[in-house]
Amino acid sequence: MTRFAVRRLLQMIPVLFFVSVIIFVLINLVPGDAARLFLGEEAPPDALAALRHELGLDRPLYVQYLRWVGGMLRGDFGHSFKDNRKVLTTVLQKVPVTGELTIAALAIAWTIAIPAGVVAAWRRRTAVDYSASAAALTGLSIPNFWLGIMLIYLFAVHLRWLPASGFVPLGQDPVLNLKTIVMPAFVLGIVLAAVVMRQLRSSMLEVLSADYVRTANAKGLGERVVLVRHALRNAVIPVITVMGIQMGTLFGGAVITETIFALPGLGRLTVESIYGRDYPMLEGVVMFSAFAVLAVNLVVDIVYSLIDPRIKLAGSGP
Amino acid sequence: MSLAVGALPGLTRRAAARRGIGHLVRRFARNRLALVGFIVFVVIGLAALLAPWAAPFSPVRTDFTATLQAPGPRHLLGTDELGRDVLSRIIFGSRASLEAGVISVGLAIAAGLPLGIIAGFYRGRPDDLLMRLTDAMLSFPQLVLALAVAAVLGPGLAKAMIAIAVVLTPVFMRIMRAQVLTEREREYVDAARALGAADRRIIWRHLLPNSLAPIVVQGSLNVAGAIITEATLSFLGLGTQPPTPSWGSMLNAGQQYLSQAFWLSFWPGVAIAVTVFAVNVAGDGLREIWDPRTR
Repeated sequence: MTRFAVRRLLQMIPVLFFVSVIIFVLINLVPGDAARLFLGEEAPPDALAALRHELGLDRPLYVQYLRWVGGMLRGDFGHSFKDNRKVLTTVLQKVPVTGELTIAALAIAWTIAIPAGVVAAWRRRTAVDYSASAAALTGLSIPNFWLGIMLIYLFAVHLRWLPASGFVPLGQDPVLNLKTIVMPAFVLGIVLAAVVMRQLRSSMLEVLSADYVRTANAKGLGERVVLVRHALRNAVIPVITVMGIQMGTLFGGAVITETIFALPGLGRLTVESIYGRDYPMLEGVVMFSAFAVLAVNLVVDIVYSLIDPRIKLAGSGP
Repeated sequence: MSLAVGALPGLTRRAAARRGIGHLVRRFARNRLALVGFIVFVVIGLAALLAPWAAPFSPVRTDFTATLQAPGPRHLLGTDELGRDVLSRIIFGSRASLEAGVISVGLAIAAGLPLGIIAGFYRGRPDDLLMRLTDAMLSFPQLVLALAVAAVLGPGLAKAMIAIAVVLTPVFMRIMRAQVLTEREREYVDAARALGAADRRIIWRHLLPNSLAPIVVQGSLNVAGAIITEATLSFLGLGTQPPTPSWGSMLNAGQQYLSQAFWLSFWPGVAIAVTVFAVNVAGDGLREIWDPRTR
């Protein structure tokens, strides 16, 4: 188990190295001069030169790269162009918001997808199955920013039940927090619900035709017991892997929902640093999001190996 | 793009040699939903091509005597804040969406196939390097990577398409590599090699045509995703630039008038959802006829 975890952890290192190279190359392709961006168009030349020297922009690119990576390894992601605050501090401040949004979205997605997926597979080729599958496809086809705007229109503008945007931290006022998070979490969760439902349906179908399910049925076990205790338990395993893969999608969705609902999370920070051409912040937040996705996938893999003993055997050896 | 298009006849020739292309078409058409999706997609494609004739008004002509009009007999879907006809803008906006969907996926295939072939056919160092690179690219949240690339390239439809293509390239590379890895071990490749065929011939005449089905399926499903991504980038101001209509930028502009003119935000979203739904079900249909597991 430990060996498996360590091996997976070590595998992350080359990936993170390439991630950092991609980000660095990408940001350095941006036309224009970071020092000028920082000081403004009318900055005197000697001030520009001094800042370039200070930021290390007068050094060769590989030195700049090594300084950047070296800084990150020591926890120094650089400073924002906008307010000169530490990138890492700002990024970490935003994590709870995006974290809460993501967890709420996951909860909504699973609450919808599990019953829908189980029933669709159980009642295969009936009206229930067709409507669940059509609903899932619709969920996949609706752009999340549009769904967000429609919900704002319905619940904030028209019915005035919920605030259109903004965020109140959980610790400050739990009720208001719930009111500000429910719409964005629903928007984010609905696409995921569609993906999970489709995956669960197909893996349920596979499991339901397995011998042990037939045996369980033949033993005279109740249909519900067989469905939940025998079939669902096994069918859910591949779905967990999909969840890991979906983390990236979830974070991408957070960019949109946080922008529409004005939630002060990582996604909105990404968009703001793009608009503000705050490249150190953009580098930091993109690096962090890639790292977070990899870390969640690592955790998912480990959980997966705990649930499914076959993986453990293959991974860690005797 | 030329690679995929040029090689497609090879696919149909081979896949259809035994069962006939008509057989595949019939299988596809038997899936009613997929057929409807395909027809809807063709209709939207025609609307995009024939937009100047299909649209009742100019998509960019402003009319300050008729701003923010609700849907009615003259303007079926209403008018926007500058008095432009929403229906006409949606019809013209289909161009940006379809171009983005088809061209960005085409670019990604054109880049991903050769790289996937190199990795899968020659193995070794290039394979290792390319695989680590795709690992890294796939570990970015797709939209974040597209946003970052679009931010670097600057706003514009063409640049948004490149950004989407960059994000999708590793997906096609992976699929092509996996296909080549399995196909190159097949006996017919050994036979071709025994007959003295060069690598080039084996790749072009054997591996490529036999590997294309999953690429086509994946490509069709990615068109749906690319349409949404373009709309998202335009919504965030990084894709199609005003006054050129695109569904994403229409939604962005309409958002400010949500309480007065709900339809400005409603119709572009419906257009996106219908198009993406059509592409998704047609793609699902394609997958069903080619994927042996669903037969």
